[in-house]
Amino acid sequence: MSLLPVKLSELPALALDWATRPWRLHKAGILGMNARNRLYISGYNPRHLYPLVDNKVKTKLLAQEAEITVPQLIATIDSQHATARLEEIIRERDSFVIKPAKGSGGKGIVVIAGRNEEGWVKANGQTVDLEYLMRHVSNILAGLYSLGGAMDVVIIEERIDFDQSLSAFSFEGVPDIRVIVCRGYPVMAMTRLATRASDGKANLHQGAVGLGLDLATGRALKAVQFGLPVEYHPDTGQRLDELVIPYWQELLVLAARCYEVTGLGYLGTDIVIDRDKGPMLLELNARPGLSIQLANGSGLVPRLRRIDALSESDTRIPAHRRVLRSQEWFGVRPDA
Amino acid sequence: MKRPVPYYFVICTLILIGAGLILHRHWVYEIPLTPGESQTIWSLEAKVQFMANGEPVRASLARPSNQPGFMVLRDSGASPGYGLNFIDAPAPMAEWTIRQANGMQMLFYRVEVLQSENSGDLPPEAPPVLQTHEWKEPFASAVRVILDRVYSTSADHFSLTRELLKAFAAEPAEQNVELLMNEFGNDRPEQLAYMLNKAGVPARVVYGLYLQDGRRQQDLTPLIRVWQGDKSQVFPIPGYSPNLVGTEDMGPLLLWEQRGAPVLDVMGARDSQVRFSMIRREESTYATVANTLSSQYNLFNFSIHSLPVEEQAMFKTILLLPIGALVVCFLRILVGLKTSGTFMPVLIALAFIQTSLVTGLIGFLLVVAAGLVLRSYLSKMNLLLVARITSVIICVVAIIGVFSVLSYKFGLTEGLKITFFPMIILSWTVERMSILWEEEGPREVVTQVGGSLLTAVLAYWAMNNPWVRHLTFNFIGIQFVILGLVLLLGSYTGYRLLELKRFVAFTR
Repeated sequence: MSLLPVKLSELPALALDWATRPWRLHKAGILGMNARNRLYISGYNPRHLYPLVDNKVKTKLLAQEAEITVPQLIATIDSQHATARLEEIIRERDSFVIKPAKGSGGKGIVVIAGRNEEGWVKANGQTVDLEYLMRHVSNILAGLYSLGGAMDVVIIEERIDFDQSLSAFSFEGVPDIRVIVCRGYPVMAMTRLATRASDGKANLHQGAVGLGLDLATGRALKAVQFGLPVEYHPDTGQRLDELVIPYWQELLVLAARCYEVTGLGYLGTDIVIDRDKGPMLLELNARPGLSIQLANGSGLVPRLRRIDALSESDTRIPAHRRVLRSQEWFGVRPDA
Repeated sequence: MKRPVPYYFVICTLILIGAGLILHRHWVYEIPLTPGESQTIWSLEAKVQFMANGEPVRASLARPSNQPGFMVLRDSGASPGYGLNFIDAPAPMAEWTIRQANGMQMLFYRVEVLQSENSGDLPPEAPPVLQTHEWKEPFASAVRVILDRVYSTSADHFSLTRELLKAFAAEPAEQNVELLMNEFGNDRPEQLAYMLNKAGVPARVVYGLYLQDGRRQQDLTPLIRVWQGDKSQVFPIPGYSPNLVGTEDMGPLLLWEQRGAPVLDVMGARDSQVRFSMIRREESTYATVANTLSSQYNLFNFSIHSLPVEEQAMFKTILLLPIGALVVCFLRILVGLKTSGTFMPVLIALAFIQTSLVTGLIGFLLVVAAGLVLRSYLSKMNLLLVARITSVIICVVAIIGVFSVLSYKFGLTEGLKITFFPMIILSWTVERMSILWEEEGPREVVTQVGGSLLTAVLAYWAMNNPWVRHLTFNFIGIQFVILGLVLLLGSYTGYRLLELKRFVAFTR
């Protein structure tokens, strides 16, 4: 019997298995963290514009001015002593969302879906009382969820009435759609489906299913969980390749318009579909993540290069025409 | 995206400046690039004695100055009741003064010199004026005869001196030389200098000390220094070799006085004399440099070493920080390691340097674990953020206190070192980890604590490396090189090591 758990002859193979080689990633056109930070985020996003997306109150006001649909704002709370107003604000409401204005990664968001005798019911079925909500508001104000622990503002907004056509694809809640927009051109899209393994959260590294979307049609391209391809949703058993995002064209135009609204050249837009109002901007991200490449099974670099090569005037054409060009360049044709 | 043109230029300039400063310190101040090399330091002590008789006394003693082969590190004087001044012009000397002194007086002057390999000619210096001296007959003609002969058999001032000294060293001595030697008696060095001056050769009697470890009650040895233009050389005088143990091992010669000024000049007292004792010691350059040059308050010596020793000790730590930060940069940009708080690992690593690695690691994990337990209770109390962190700080202080007392009671004095940890940083770590646990689960906590500790351990190894410590402390230039490297890292847009694992699916 060998002392080692593996045969020595297998060691090189193990070493190969653990990671890929940089030149292979390069060939696949994968965008790395350093390249994203330096070439795209620092390159296209002027620092002074960050507050527009880092503070969701500002994003919302900006979007409303530009007539981009956003969830209706109910109220904001900006100081600890105003916490007492919470009861007054939510007294008459059955559903609403409490979120930090400067939160990131979906942290600190509480979705209230209904009421019962004891209090309010969260989207995951848990019943909470007013005290719980007030504590949550107080935590947000103190900066628990904001970048760097800075003082924050609480946003209370209307809960989105999700289009139920997508609900079968997600374990809890309804998936949102992430579109990366570079200089006003949508370059890649995906949706993240919460699973039991991801504890209802839509983070890929925690076990959510990432579903790449065809820019041309809004159809599912490829689904991955923990980096491996999947065909069915692990909890609902739904075939994933049947997913088609409704209002696709409208959604992409909305995403593309966020470029003019914010001036940020490299942007992650998170969009949800409301049953009545159609695509709705949930939040913007000036530092969108890289896992979208895993969900799409292709790298961002070739697409971004194409956008890099565009002239300044190309970025000023109307949003719906940019979307059409993007779809032509980056869409997957049925025959392909 | 295009890089601005001066970008690489700036980086290259920084690295070149850094390398230049390092080499400058290495060559000019002879600080070795590796630690552990020892250098020889001589501690020399001059004891001045005289009989005072109630009058004001002024005693001046020549001080040695930098010369080829030796660098003066520091000097000091000990002399109760005397005013003491170090005077640099016209010649470097120590001057003791007192209004009234009686009986036998003893004054001490101590100097430390660094012996260096660098030997060679004395630095160029203008020659002194020629002195005239008249001899009585028949000595005057003897002088003339000897000078005529050595002049004809020599080419320049130096060879003329050699010829003259050879004549005085010859056995048996020639008649004229014999005559003069008897006449000169104990005054021979000065008389020889006069003879040289007579021949038009600028020369002075200077005094040197042959260094040999542990010698006491030594006299200075007179020597003749001869100038040829700006250049000068020092010649030993026949019959004036020092009484050393073993003639082969003469030891290096330190010129105590270089310009022919009197070595000791005492006014207001009698029977003055000066005796020297010396000790040799080997010091690692690291220790040496702490003292080196601290007394050289030279306008162009902007080094840390011009600070008092105490402040230097502080800078030893501060100058290590860039190394730790460089390690963090490296691990985050090239490896992609996740840490809790960007530079928190550097501070933890600094604490490890104080505590030693194993103690530090155990202490850190104990404190953070205990902190997390307490914090989980605090999170139930619905406190405001600042108050909660303050409570965590107090808890961390309490935990550290408890661990110190416990380990002391159990006889583990190592445990007391836990107090070196930066408490505020630990508290923030506890707070962040606690939130992370609630939001992302224990797995992420383990990842981040593991990443932070790995970074801290690597930073610790880097910062605790004797060679790195030696370099950062002795060569300010290294900071420029580090800055250059960091700028270079900042422009790296390639993949991180962990991304190769993250995106492994693409090549399956």
